[in-house]
Amino acid sequence: MPELHGTVKDQPAATPGSAPSARTEREFTAKERTQWQLAARRFRRHRIAAASLVVFILLLLFAFVLPHFWKYTYDVFTDDLNVSPDAKHPFGTDATGYDGLAVVMRGTGQSLKVAFVIASVGTGAGAVWGVVSGYLGGFVDAALMRFADLVLTIPALALAAALAKNFGGTWWIIGLILAGVSAPYVARVVRGVVLSLREREFIEASRALGASNLRIMVRHLLPNTVPVLIVNATLLVAAGILTETALSFVGFGVQSPDTSLGVLITQAQGAFDTRPWLFYFPGVFIILIALTVNFIGDGLRDALDPRQTRERR
Amino acid sequence: MTHAIDVDNTRNGGVHPDEEPLLVVENLTVSFPTDDGEVRAVRGVSYQVAAGEAMGIVGESGSGKSVSSMAVMGLLPKTARISGSVRFRGQEILGQDEKGYAKLRGKKIAMIFQDPLTSLNPVYSVGFQIAEAVLAHNDISKDKAKARAIELLATVGIPFPEQRVDSYPHELSGGMRQRIVIAIAMANNPDVIIADEPTTALDVTVQAQVLEALEAARAETGAALILITHDLGVIAGHAERICVMYAGKLVETGSTDEVFYRPRMPYTLGLLGSLPRMDQSDKQRLTPIKGAPPSLLNLPPGCPFTPRCPIAEPVCDTEEPALLPVDNAAHAAACHFRSRTSGAEAADLFGPDAKLVSDTSGSTATEVPAS
Amino acid sequence: MLVFVIRRVLVSIPVLIASTMLTFVLVKFTGDPLLYLKLRNPRPAQVVIDTESHRLWLDRSWPTQYWHWISNVVFHGNWGPPVLGHDDIGSEVLQALLVTGRLVAVSVVIALFLAVITGVVSAVKQYSLVDYSTTTMGFLFLSMPVFWFAILLKQGGIWFNDNVNPHTFFTIGDRTIPAIQGSTFANLKDIFGHLVLPTIVLGLAGYAAWSRFTRASMLEVLNSDYVRLARSKGLKPRTVLIRHALRTALIPLTTVTALDVAALLGGAIVTETVFQWHGMGNLFLTALRTLDFNVMLGWLLVTATLVIMFNLIADLLYGVLDPRIRHA
Repeated sequence: MPELHGTVKDQPAATPGSAPSARTEREFTAKERTQWQLAARRFRRHRIAAASLVVFILLLLFAFVLPHFWKYTYDVFTDDLNVSPDAKHPFGTDATGYDGLAVVMRGTGQSLKVAFVIASVGTGAGAVWGVVSGYLGGFVDAALMRFADLVLTIPALALAAALAKNFGGTWWIIGLILAGVSAPYVARVVRGVVLSLREREFIEASRALGASNLRIMVRHLLPNTVPVLIVNATLLVAAGILTETALSFVGFGVQSPDTSLGVLITQAQGAFDTRPWLFYFPGVFIILIALTVNFIGDGLRDALDPRQTRERR
Repeated sequence: MTHAIDVDNTRNGGVHPDEEPLLVVENLTVSFPTDDGEVRAVRGVSYQVAAGEAMGIVGESGSGKSVSSMAVMGLLPKTARISGSVRFRGQEILGQDEKGYAKLRGKKIAMIFQDPLTSLNPVYSVGFQIAEAVLAHNDISKDKAKARAIELLATVGIPFPEQRVDSYPHELSGGMRQRIVIAIAMANNPDVIIADEPTTALDVTVQAQVLEALEAARAETGAALILITHDLGVIAGHAERICVMYAGKLVETGSTDEVFYRPRMPYTLGLLGSLPRMDQSDKQRLTPIKGAPPSLLNLPPGCPFTPRCPIAEPVCDTEEPALLPVDNAAHAAACHFRSRTSGAEAADLFGPDAKLVSDTSGSTATEVPAS
Repeated sequence: MLVFVIRRVLVSIPVLIASTMLTFVLVKFTGDPLLYLKLRNPRPAQVVIDTESHRLWLDRSWPTQYWHWISNVVFHGNWGPPVLGHDDIGSEVLQALLVTGRLVAVSVVIALFLAVITGVVSAVKQYSLVDYSTTTMGFLFLSMPVFWFAILLKQGGIWFNDNVNPHTFFTIGDRTIPAIQGSTFANLKDIFGHLVLPTIVLGLAGYAAWSRFTRASMLEVLNSDYVRLARSKGLKPRTVLIRHALRTALIPLTTVTALDVAALLGGAIVTETVFQWHGMGNLFLTALRTLDFNVMLGWLLVTATLVIMFNLIADLLYGVLDPRIRHA
């Protein structure tokens, strides 16, 4: 249904036969809402997405706030070796005596940090890439998109591993590499949006008013890609976490002494039969992060770009 | 194929006395649940269509005219809440499952939609889509169906039908595509063709061709026509009877002549008054109706036209007028003051020199002496 | 139509050439292949290092090295010497490709089949229990690290073998070694037995992504004007669904699938590692660890060619399925 905005139209003064002004207020019975308010409403309606947002915030607290309150830290080992989960060590301990809960908290934090780098840098770079390419068109567009296609011809994991081998080890370098691997995809999507916007009248009007290309790109095109970017950013976070764990698994991700959830699972492979808690807890947390982010992304997509008829529930 | 029905072109309106109405819609109500409440798109609409007759439904966007026809065909989304009765040849057809509707659609009642550019499936040829309609209800060979498709293309005025039959929709113009849709609608000689704004999306020059095709379809199949549009010119040329819809309800019904020359409901008067006319001096200003149609969400009680009506009075705020006869049984209007509008013209109500206005203090309408 | 095909093929060629150059630069960025020599203790004499360097063409300029490599591969079928040993890189890569290929092929077929069915059912019965459960399951598999799930399955298989029925699941390798003597059928059975678990892993990843996509595509199509027209013609509901809705909704899916096959190669890397298959994954990872650059180059060349080929197939398929593209 189209939104009805509650602007009261003016009544011309001397027209015999026009209805008294009180009646015009009857005509508009829906509240005026901005685009973002509508989106927020639609997001809240998507119950799983809203719940996931709550869980994700809890995960953030778990990774970055809780460690300050827990008696063990990830880098100091205790005397309890290979203890299965109990009251003292809710997540058990490993062969060196590190407390499982502290280690998982740290790993979660590191993985989240990597994911954020991927999402922010990847989306940012991809957005600029796509807007410039889509708007300028011609040779620039062809060249930039060919390059994107080229990057996409190399399987992401292989590309990331190859780069990480030489440059990588810390979480933020891994994050940057994975961001670089994801940017071409974002660029293509953004370019698609820009292509459809480029011929619209408001861009033509801006040009006629003398706006420079840069101004048009920054002030008009980029803001219109924000909904698409937001959705893609969340998806990149989820995919990024998973790729980072895969990278760690094949040995080219975050290197010790630094840790991440992927590193933890890799180290716990052999212990599956004897100390399964070392394998399950990090895994569950990866799934939690990726799942909540995926649901949030789904909710955002519904909220910012609703195209299907939805029942009111 | 063509049964011997004489299509009444004399425009005397009304139902042929010795034929039972083919399609009877009684008290149809459709509402949609939305974020902000329930939108009551259709609020108790009743009409009848006799075999072979052409009835027009006129109204602005949002008046509910398309929704009521989609309800007849069973094409509304699952979220719609529908009540009332729709009877075809005496049998209730509302509320069936998809399979039940499939037996009716295309064969007994066919529909033509508004936007020809998206109505046809882009991956199948035009001939395939017409033949498909034929094959859905007839057990004949594919070749015969294709031959019939070529025949139909010719009937609706597509040049070189033998070649066109294998074209894809994107190779044809909007007007041609709409004629294909008409060909599909008439393929199985339905008893009723519902045309939902068939010309709205097309250029004026193309409109004439499409309407011609529509008439040809009617002539060949003898089908009754329900023509939905907001274009009064289209209605005038192609319908015998008119129903005027406003805010989900019928506000005036009658033969085309009656409604055009002797309108009684203020909205109809306003509609007709806002048309530019060839026989008026072009120095005279058009008299539009001020305001906009009401929101169908939380519609207040009383007549929905009240905010824009020059002769509205307090009773109009509280009581919604029923559709009652004026002058003769076939002409009805929904207005408390329909007796006062007898013989009135649009300028009498809406123009700057309006004669028939209501006193804002609420007393009965008086004639303002012409100054 | 023919023009369309030819044009597409012609465009792919420069992309392939550019890809080889990018690949070359990438491999150069992985590091110094002779590092293992230079780090030995005691350090070998400089002349030894220089000879190795010369043998492997590492002492020329990059463009020279590139041309040497690519011309050898294309014109002489010579993929270059490995850093250590004398294996034929070409046959090694192709052998690995066969192994990985059958995993990816079977996974794709099963995943696609399941995805279309569940996607369609989900879309038609939107918001029903079936819809919610399959969507949730899809989300779950999309959010699960592939290798974590693979390890779980492998352990599950081992447990099953130990406790319920021995030799039901093969968890190691892509076939029994030494190879089974006997009928082709027995061999096939062996191969398929080894495929079961890895296919489940890889297939579920593909299924999750594609079923969501199919559902979204179907929903959009089901609300379209031409489906509404098809219904108004009086076609049977199933005919409308399959002939009009599905047919049109599948078009974007073919493109997505063809492109995703390339991505699946990445997923296969991980899966193979868990189940210890000697396929493309293992080949690449070993080469990367030892900086065996000619192997890496060969590997990347093959995968890039496959990706470009699949992109081409996707484009062509789109042209076949959607007449509007053909005439553009």
